[in-house]
Amino acid sequence: MKRKSIAVVGAAETTQMGKIPDVSVIGLHADAALNALADCGLTPRDIDGVATAGISPVDLAHYMGVTPTYADGTSVGGCSFMLHVRHAAAAINEGLCSTVLITHGESGRSRVGAGGFGRAASSLAGQFEMPFGPMGPPTMFTIPVLRYLKARGYTVEDLAQVAVIQREWAAMNPRASYKDPITVEDVLKSDMIAWPFTKLMCCLVTDGGGALVLTSAERARDFPQKPVYILGTGESVETPMVSQMEDFTSSRAFRVSGKKAFEEAGIGHAAVDHLMIYDAFAHLPLYGLEDLGFCQPGEAAGFVNGRNTAPPSAGRTGGKLPLNTNGGGLSYMHSGMYGMYALQESVRQMRGIAPAQVPGAKVSIAHGVGGMFAASGTIVFSNEAP
Amino acid sequence: MPPRMLPEPTPETRHFWDGCKAGELRLQRCTDCDGGSYFPPRPFCPRCGSRKVEDYAASGRGVLWSYVINMRPRPDMGTEPYAIAVVKLAEGPQMMTNIVGCPQTPEALQLDMPLKVTFSRQSDDITLPFFEPAPSSQERGA
Repeated sequence: MKRKSIAVVGAAETTQMGKIPDVSVIGLHADAALNALADCGLTPRDIDGVATAGISPVDLAHYMGVTPTYADGTSVGGCSFMLHVRHAAAAINEGLCSTVLITHGESGRSRVGAGGFGRAASSLAGQFEMPFGPMGPPTMFTIPVLRYLKARGYTVEDLAQVAVIQREWAAMNPRASYKDPITVEDVLKSDMIAWPFTKLMCCLVTDGGGALVLTSAERARDFPQKPVYILGTGESVETPMVSQMEDFTSSRAFRVSGKKAFEEAGIGHAAVDHLMIYDAFAHLPLYGLEDLGFCQPGEAAGFVNGRNTAPPSAGRTGGKLPLNTNGGGLSYMHSGMYGMYALQESVRQMRGIAPAQVPGAKVSIAHGVGGMFAASGTIVFSNEAP
Repeated sequence: MPPRMLPEPTPETRHFWDGCKAGELRLQRCTDCDGGSYFPPRPFCPRCGSRKVEDYAASGRGVLWSYVINMRPRPDMGTEPYAIAVVKLAEGPQMMTNIVGCPQTPEALQLDMPLKVTFSRQSDDITLPFFEPAPSSQERGA
């Protein structure tokens, strides 16, 4: 993409969050979209580009009354929205459209108007994984982890610590699903779901949505909210089958996407004030810290245990790299494709309005995963005009 | 209990499932490059793109690479917790499977333990490749 030319001017989540039994999937998309449009003072008539995953961009455009000249239906799992941001930036630069609406909505808990989840028995995953009994992400996303722990010298306590510190952040967020403090022991004693993963190492299952409106940085100054500029973007995909991941201790998609985003932004790690790493499970922040280059392989667990990603507490100052400051998928919310919420928290932090605001933060990264280490997208944001 | 979820072979994977039925774990390798064996099956080399590939019977040996123990069994898998494992084959590729012939516990399932393939007939068409603990063997590492 052309550097530093695009900004987020509208951003919002659904009005309610958590359990929303009276709104369908498409209704959650629309609620978030209307909130994001209100946030930037636009109407559907001002939108000429649409992007979404889970439903078709045709569904979205028709439902919202948008006549687009650009439609992106990239659907690679929970990080699809990072890819939508990246593609929207390229599209706006190229003149395909001027103002893009990106939406997410999912009735993960209430299942109102939600489709099924399944893989054909003739697909590769249907032939070479499903016959052996996996039952959704808790038994698939977690499969590489025993190898990772052994290779790195990490323990299950290290996994638990990730959940403990994210709960500290969630306690500062009024909209978080879980706010009560927890200990490593609480995490380890919660129900065993798929050894070595207990319930509190797994993300929530909730209802909700979010939407973003993007336009050129030049136009962004005319909108009511403080523009949040996109400095760099990255994306990649690896494999639809977790068993075929090249290296169980590192995600190739993470490495490729992260490197590209840093290069485009032209920044080093020390410039990053705030970080979101999609945490469907407790191991993902550890992989993310290593694969994005914030920690050397083998140092991520010590980095988290040393409170480098934690909020201020009991007289201690906060860590140097605040991570998952909304509480994350583990404690804030997770409707199925969480990437949108990571982007929303980065935008809030850059606007200076996050519930657990990082003082003076100027650069934020939102890093997403799709499927079970299948895909990845990375967005570097800044509140300073490039 | 509902019938176990079984694979539906395609023309590109048929040789693998026919191999299981015949008691052979069939892998593929390229005859144009030295990229080694690959899995899952496809009619070209994923490293160089050549269509000149061959099927062959692999050793059926490997080590336990990683796993989880599913404590909430899928309805077609019975009522007891079971390990969903990935085996690293002696020839290189990784393969998802179940480990049979040993308790489904973290104590019994040690990473890097040697395993060998064992075949389990599920229907007229489908035989699944499982793995079981292998007594230490001089052949290992060959």
